Amino acid sequence: MSAIAPPQARATTGRVMPRAWHLIERNLFVYRRTWTIIVSGFFEPLFYLVAMGYGLGRLIGDVTGPGGQPIPYAMFVAPALLATGAMNGAVAEATFNFFFKLNYNRTFQAILATPLSVRDVAVGEIAWALIRGGLYAIGFIVVIAALGLATSPLALLAIPAALLLGFAAGAVGMAATSFMRSHQDFDLINVITLPMFLFSATFYPIETYPEAIRGIVAITPLYQGVALIRGLTVGVLGPEMLFQVAYLAVMGMIGLWITSRRLDRLLRK
Amino acid sequence: MPMNPASPPLIHARGLTKRFGAFTAVDAVDFDVAPGEAFGFLGPNGAGKTSTMKMIGCTSPASGGTLTVLGMDPETQGPEIRGRLGVVPQQDTLDEELTVRENLLIYGRYFGLSRAECGRRADELLEFAQLSERGSSRVEPLSGGMKRRLTIARSLINEPDVMLLDEPTTGLDPQARHLLWDRLYRLKQRGVTLVLTTHYMDEAEQLCDRLVVMDKAKIVAEGSPRSLIEQYSTREVAEMRFAPGVQDTLDGQFNGLADRVEHLPDRVLLYAEDGEAVAVAAHDRGLRPETVLVRRSTLEDVFLRLTGRSLVD
Ligand SMILES: Nc1ncnc2c1ncn2[C@@H]1O[C@H](COP(=O)(O)OP(=O)(O)OP(=O)(O)O)[C@@H](O)[C@H]1O
Ligand SMILES: [Mg+2]
Repeated sequence: MSAIAPPQARATTGRVMPRAWHLIERNLFVYRRTWTIIVSGFFEPLFYLVAMGYGLGRLIGDVTGPGGQPIPYAMFVAPALLATGAMNGAVAEATFNFFFKLNYNRTFQAILATPLSVRDVAVGEIAWALIRGGLYAIGFIVVIAALGLATSPLALLAIPAALLLGFAAGAVGMAATSFMRSHQDFDLINVITLPMFLFSATFYPIETYPEAIRGIVAITPLYQGVALIRGLTVGVLGPEMLFQVAYLAVMGMIGLWITSRRLDRLLRK
Repeated sequence: MPMNPASPPLIHARGLTKRFGAFTAVDAVDFDVAPGEAFGFLGPNGAGKTSTMKMIGCTSPASGGTLTVLGMDPETQGPEIRGRLGVVPQQDTLDEELTVRENLLIYGRYFGLSRAECGRRADELLEFAQLSERGSSRVEPLSGGMKRRLTIARSLINEPDVMLLDEPTTGLDPQARHLLWDRLYRLKQRGVTLVLTTHYMDEAEQLCDRLVVMDKAKIVAEGSPRSLIEQYSTREVAEMRFAPGVQDTLDGQFNGLADRVEHLPDRVLLYAEDGEAVAVAAHDRGLRPETVLVRRSTLEDVFLRLTGRSLVD
């Protein structure tokens, strides 16, 4: 339609990155000043590792690992703490910070007046949440490798696996946040994430539970993520991993889809 | 600038409608904006101006009718259209977590500009908005007028072909308003199309080639400021102010004095070709206002006639 208005010379770079990337850039601006908040999330799983893995681990001794072979308790909990750290990092971004941006800051309205779409916003915010979760995963994998708790080179794959878990939990958390009306609703998030942390076969094998309860535990993304990551750090692969990957991917896609639809409802009235 | 019949409209709306549930905020309005034109929406609070602007800006889907912007369909080509618009929303949407300069930088990035280009334009626009000294300040502590100026600067980062300005100068001091009018006028001379809403008639008269008056979701009049005044008002107005309490006792006393009489809470407006003659005739009838002002008709008078309200509620 150049006949209608002559296109002006534009200093537009070729689009190499998807538009959603700019949300990550925006968040980098913010965290350039407040990076200490991110760092604190790295130490929490480390403290648990020392307390549980080594403190409690001395009393417990060996437990049954993914392949059925006995492994030291610290080696059993370390991947679970890695998974939890990555999940919590992503969920914190996708819930608390996302809620603030959605309800108190008019950032998203401003962004939607540019070429970006609600889907770009949803994808960009999830991607950012993943980056935060992923940073924790990378930091933690270095620590457990140094401590000799990750014995297999497959442990490197724990990083993409942790990202996948962050995607699933983050996207669902973000979708849930889009329905929240006030800060009080966040108590609900704690009510869900804390038991998930304690009971998703993080500190003891799922076989500890009676059959009926196992089914409930297996629904949680954290259980699937822990099982996947534990297999990788210990170096035992199995066909069930394909299911775990698919389960988390589908969960994330559904969360993303709901989030996009909700943003459209809320922001494009 | 008169509508050039040869060039197709830049914005074209027919039967454009916006509903919120059962409530109709914009009721089947028709209008065209020509390239390079400055086009205004006037109307009382709640008339549907912002709702219309949001549909043009492709941030709110129309509930009915047809709309094309820059020859494209907002439904399917929103990103392409938005890439060529500069939007100043009625309420500032600045990013309060970022600094003043970062607000400009990241906004340029949203439009796909390179980092170097964003930096160059950000510095230029800070100058334009007279905020260069505040570049590294957070947005929150800025005054209302400074935030407004930053919002306006931000809307220019992509060198838009069309500016959508929703009450752009509300909250600005007179100096900043005049500065902005000057900038908008220059943009217009460079071929940028301006679409604006305002509650200030001087702003509408200064800036708009053509405007529409909206009331209760509908367009009730359309034309250039001058033609609207000719069509809906007389040449002159005699404004009379009476001592407190006196005005209520004057019902019917103005009959036959002027073409039209408007009773406002604080004064009476008498519309006539010759205002001075009306003032004399009123005096002859024994009416003793405290002050009399004879002036030319303005858009305010048109607005009052069409909507029964003054521009600024
Ligand atoms: N998101 C919304 N949901 C429901 N009603 C809305 C919404 N936005 C606007 N309205 C209603 O639509 C009508 C028109 O609003 P709009 O903001 O377009 O008016 P306006 O002409 O811009 O007024 P003002 O001069 O006060 O800015 C109002 O009655 C308003 O309450
Ligand atoms: Mg408005």
